[in-house]
Amino acid sequence: MSLDNNKTSTEQRRPDWAALVIAAILVAVAAVIFLDVDRLRDMGGYSQVGPATVPNWIAFALIGLAIWTVFAAFRRDFPVREKQEFGPVAWVVAGLLAQMILIRIAGFSIATGTLFGLAAAGFGARRLWISIPVGIVVCLAIWWLFAGVLQLSLPAGPLEHLIQ
Amino acid sequence: MSTFEFLLQGLVSAMEPMNLFYALIGVTLGTMVGVLPGIGPATTVALLLPVTYQLDATGSLIMFAGIYYGGMYGGSTTSILLNTPGESASIVTALEGNKMARAGRGGPALATAAIGSFVAGLIATLALAFIAPYIVKLALVFGPREYFALMVLAFVTVSSAFGNSTLRGLTSLFIGLALSLVGIDQLTGQNRLSFGVPDLLDGIEVTTMAVAMFAIGETLYIAAQGEAAPDKIEAIKGSVWMTAQDWGRSWKAWLRGTVIGFPIGAMPAGGAEIGTFLSYATEKRLSKHPEEFGNGAIEGVAGPEAANNASAAGTLVPLLTLGLPTSATAAIMLAGFQQYGLQPGPLLFATNPQLVWGLIASLLIANLMLLVLNLPLVGLWVKLLTIPKPWLYAGILVFATLGTIGANPSVFELGMLLVFGLVAYIMRVFDYPIAPVIVGLILGPLAEQQLRRALAISQGDVTVLFTSPIAAVLLSVAALALILPLVLRARGRGDALSQMAASED
Repeated sequence: MSLDNNKTSTEQRRPDWAALVIAAILVAVAAVIFLDVDRLRDMGGYSQVGPATVPNWIAFALIGLAIWTVFAAFRRDFPVREKQEFGPVAWVVAGLLAQMILIRIAGFSIATGTLFGLAAAGFGARRLWISIPVGIVVCLAIWWLFAGVLQLSLPAGPLEHLIQ
Repeated sequence: MSTFEFLLQGLVSAMEPMNLFYALIGVTLGTMVGVLPGIGPATTVALLLPVTYQLDATGSLIMFAGIYYGGMYGGSTTSILLNTPGESASIVTALEGNKMARAGRGGPALATAAIGSFVAGLIATLALAFIAPYIVKLALVFGPREYFALMVLAFVTVSSAFGNSTLRGLTSLFIGLALSLVGIDQLTGQNRLSFGVPDLLDGIEVTTMAVAMFAIGETLYIAAQGEAAPDKIEAIKGSVWMTAQDWGRSWKAWLRGTVIGFPIGAMPAGGAEIGTFLSYATEKRLSKHPEEFGNGAIEGVAGPEAANNASAAGTLVPLLTLGLPTSATAAIMLAGFQQYGLQPGPLLFATNPQLVWGLIASLLIANLMLLVLNLPLVGLWVKLLTIPKPWLYAGILVFATLGTIGANPSVFELGMLLVFGLVAYIMRVFDYPIAPVIVGLILGPLAEQQLRRALAISQGDVTVLFTSPIAAVLLSVAALALILPLVLRARGRGDALSQMAASED
């Protein structure tokens, strides 16, 4: 948006766009609740208090909070946000996604080792050809400890079958 | 049987070799994870809860008690050696403790924290054992509307009484409440907000949510700060043992901290670390060496640490006797109980006294074990802090996902972890508190049940909620706790409140 132009005297007057987006999200959540519990409306029974009552109250509260947030956005009540770097966040998210995709196919160690390597890359250790294998070995040890000794059900893949 | 006999019986069962072994694993794992920066007791308990699933109820509760106390101790080690205020309950400990560490007195600081935690934990756990039966009796006169009023009070104190903003605290709380609606309605069996996804029928797992919100969200947030200057870890120079003067200055502070911390934790005002701040202020006023405050006064570590532990044991009073979690840590412990099919409350004391007293006894054992283990091993825990950042945070993520996979190895659950991790990251960027989400998520369904029962009895008449004297008083206190901070902040006097904010437990 046009936040970056005209940063001088008009800045105080401009609404906090990000806060307005948050208000919109709160309204959207409220709308989802209203739509979903609409089919339960007639289940109040004798006391008119049913499975839809509390969700409706919560949804109304969310709308109230959204209105409050809009006011706060125009008064710029939100604290100043620090500059965020999205590159490292993307690495970590990529790691979590990779683990999610690999866990069923390749088992715990390969999936979680890949997460380890990609997350470490997000924090500055970019040599993936070292970090991923190290991660896989560490995770294999963890698998052996937690699945073997403490009997946690961690999905096994080709590597886990080798040491079983 | 009397309280005392139950407690003795619990102690005997907790002393069995296998149970001692579980306590040992719990304390070690708890300290190990709790020492990691950015991971407080709430996250530690959430991360390690799945590890206990395969044991029998007694064994897992004992390990659980160890994890709980270990996590708290680990947190204070981090704040003394790494000065990470904003993390866990130990903001105040960091004030003086880190100064002591910088002055080469890190050893005595850690020792007074450890021994103070032990003393406070011991006294507070005993106090818990003796007070609990009375609260249980009191709870028997509570009907649905009194319970509902109590929960409303807990909601207000956790979300909006302290912290930077009533608006953001309440928003966090209602996000948690909205998420708590997901799943099958317990009174009618209707699906709500599950959109035909089978994984959602059981509702959103509190442990998954806690790990996502605390561990993943924090990791993403730290990643987004980029290559900021690394935190300096203070090496422990000299002896870890306290001198006679240190002992002399510490013991009164421990006792005062305990006396201040326990009642505050026991009231449904947990969440906030008021106890540690009050203790710090008290020590500062009573000290014979006021000039040392701000430069590493040992009382400033001893008192708040004791208050912190005593109030943590105090939060077990409402949790065990009323089933009411008043902090994120207590909320996750409640989730742990539910995992074994137990609902804490007056009924549990009547139906399963062995288990409740076994837990209280294992808290005592875990507390003792911590003292024995931690002072000699402190060097090892400090080494954990010197792990380079990439490996440290990658390791935290491995542990975070390990717990979730161990509890439920499904791709959907991992997806939830990612989605809510991102939500928590965004909330952190905009300064929304995290703990109210967790408390709302676990307490929401309980509050709803009580409310609907109350309204069903009154045939839908809402005024009935205010006509019971106990409920009316509780709701008035809640209203006061909501309005007063708004007024204070509007008059520009909110600084004290934001200092008292509960960071995560």
